[in-house]
Amino acid sequence: MRTEFLRSWKVRTGLGGILFFVLLAVLGPWLVDALLGVDPRANDTSAIAQPPSGEHLLGTNQFGEDVLAQTIAGARGSMFVGFLGAAVGTVMAILVGVPAGYFGGRVDAALNFVTNIFLVMPVLPLILIVAGYLQGTGLWVIALIIGLFGWSGGARTLRAQSLSLSGRDFVRAMQMLGERGHRLVFAEVLPHLTGIIASMFLHAMIGAVLAEAGLAFLGISDASAISWGTMIQSAQTQSAVLRGLWWWFIPPGLCIALIGTAAALVNFGVDELANPKLRTARRKTVRRTAAALEKTGSQA
Amino acid sequence: MSPDYVLEARNVSKHFTVRGSLGRSAVVQAVQDATVRLKPGQILALVGESGSGKTTLARLLARFYEPTSGEIALRGEPVAGGGRAARRAYHSDVQLIFQDPFGSLNPLHRVRYNLDRALKLHHPSLDGDARLRRATALLERVSLTPAADYLDKFPHELSGGQRQRVVIARALAVEPKVLLGDEPISMLDVSIRLEMLNLLEKLRAEDGLALLYITHDIASARYLCDDIAVMYAGQMVESGPKEEVIAAPQHPYTKLLIESSPDPERAAGDRDELFEGADELGEPPSLIDPPAGCRFHPRCPFAMTQCRSEAPPVTGLGDGHWARCWLHQHGRAGELARTTHAAAMARRAPQEVAT
Ligand SMILES: Nc1ncnc2c1ncn2[C@@H]1O[C@H](COP(=O)(O)OP(=O)(O)O)[C@@H](O)[C@H]1O
Ligand SMILES: [Mg+2]
Repeated sequence: MRTEFLRSWKVRTGLGGILFFVLLAVLGPWLVDALLGVDPRANDTSAIAQPPSGEHLLGTNQFGEDVLAQTIAGARGSMFVGFLGAAVGTVMAILVGVPAGYFGGRVDAALNFVTNIFLVMPVLPLILIVAGYLQGTGLWVIALIIGLFGWSGGARTLRAQSLSLSGRDFVRAMQMLGERGHRLVFAEVLPHLTGIIASMFLHAMIGAVLAEAGLAFLGISDASAISWGTMIQSAQTQSAVLRGLWWWFIPPGLCIALIGTAAALVNFGVDELANPKLRTARRKTVRRTAAALEKTGSQA
Repeated sequence: MSPDYVLEARNVSKHFTVRGSLGRSAVVQAVQDATVRLKPGQILALVGESGSGKTTLARLLARFYEPTSGEIALRGEPVAGGGRAARRAYHSDVQLIFQDPFGSLNPLHRVRYNLDRALKLHHPSLDGDARLRRATALLERVSLTPAADYLDKFPHELSGGQRQRVVIARALAVEPKVLLGDEPISMLDVSIRLEMLNLLEKLRAEDGLALLYITHDIASARYLCDDIAVMYAGQMVESGPKEEVIAAPQHPYTKLLIESSPDPERAAGDRDELFEGADELGEPPSLIDPPAGCRFHPRCPFAMTQCRSEAPPVTGLGDGHWARCWLHQHGRAGELARTTHAAAMARRAPQEVAT
């Protein structure tokens, strides 16, 4: 199971896509500076709202900024929110969900109460209010808010899984040896959840990228930061759609769609491995093919 | 106080509350008023069909949960409650071997990790080298040699029998006085069961370990133990020295168990058969609503009116042999020896139809 998941083409393609965007986020600004030689914030007043050309590969926006440079710089902003938001959300889900499921009893009652509050809370309006209140404080605040409001579903999944793991014989056996509580949780139970946690993290990352874009679109993000969300938002306020400036909003939109697809591919691939039912069709095909091959082989 | 015994369960009961659909709940009387006593170096077999409460009793003795009533005593001292330190002290004397060797080792940890943790927790003064030497010695004791080959294996690289040996080695790492074996061979290949029993016997002989050997099949009990205790529907029905109980069972259920297990003479040349049988014994009763009186009466060919209403008292038969059956109180115990269970059943059947 450890590396088996890498054999699925879906997983490999998806991971490749995500890796591409991660590299873009890490190296992007340097690439823009060294290779393109443009500053994503520089206003080229000689080229306002120009379609793609040799000089500006993806054209320029209303303010004369290079769209390609902005998209690459935006990758860093969006991926930063995605990773930080997902990291905060996943860590919260682990810290709340795993002990709740493992210890049960009063610990569970308390933690589950908190989880349920966050589950039923109208998260989007709350994010809007909090983010609006903290307006202009930077992308990391947006990421923290997204993470802090988005862990409850994951916590519930992890709670159910830990609950079933905690009754397994190998956990009881280590308990009987006198193993300490935190080691039972972190050395015996948690390692079995790495698959779920990884897939949760991916989900959360995409969710955070989308949430940031959505918040930016609603005008609640750090307007001075460059992210795919703020790009789309400024295209929107400048009526780019009506004016036919498609090169302004298509690139960031496409990036969001692509990274979403990549994450979905990884999850599909992992799901197929975790849930053999989804795989039976494939196995049947393999068997049929093998049988057919055998037949032709014996005939020859 | 009875310092002769290293571990005792004194009149323990365990009731589980299970929640059914629609919020209705029922109480499962998994173990009812059971007493088990283990002397140092003694092997006591606890025999009973599946669902008779053997695992529950073993887990009570391993203190996975507290008894609903009654008490567990270690070296004559009742144990109850207590924090982690008290539990650790208890478990440095009493260890449980689980039935399923595939479930009792964490698939993500190597053999070395399991032994090392046990040694670290129970012998904190040992350094890394000393622990490695101990771990090696432990694997050798359970015949996993050369030990170096096994230390870095993951459970999935081992066979069922090898895993069970690792589990035993891990339990031995704490140097316990009592091993509770919950059907330790039932999930292993028939071909290696005998080796496993021999290993348990060796541990008793070398260390003077007391062993509670739980099994549903009386043939393996006959092979290994000194004394037998028979459990039916959560209650102990008979107990005594192995030879006496097997040669002259004093409870109809024991008789049924023995007669439905294959003859050791016949099975001597055929190991597989030694461990088969004892399957089709009729329906075990519900433990949510157990039969009134003697719990065995619906399946008992000797049942009398009294059996249906009153629980039988314990009748001592000398030599530590006792049975819980009304036949003894009515002077009918002789009938047990004169007939077989099947014959008695056949004789009872027409009456059943008539009434
Ligand atoms: N944790 C539990 N909750 C509810 N019922 C249980 C639990 N453990 C065991 N039981 C019930 O107690 C009875 C005895 O079970 P067990 O001790 O496992 O028997 P054995 O080991 O002899 O097969 C069974 O009817 C079982 O369903
Ligand atoms: Mg059992």
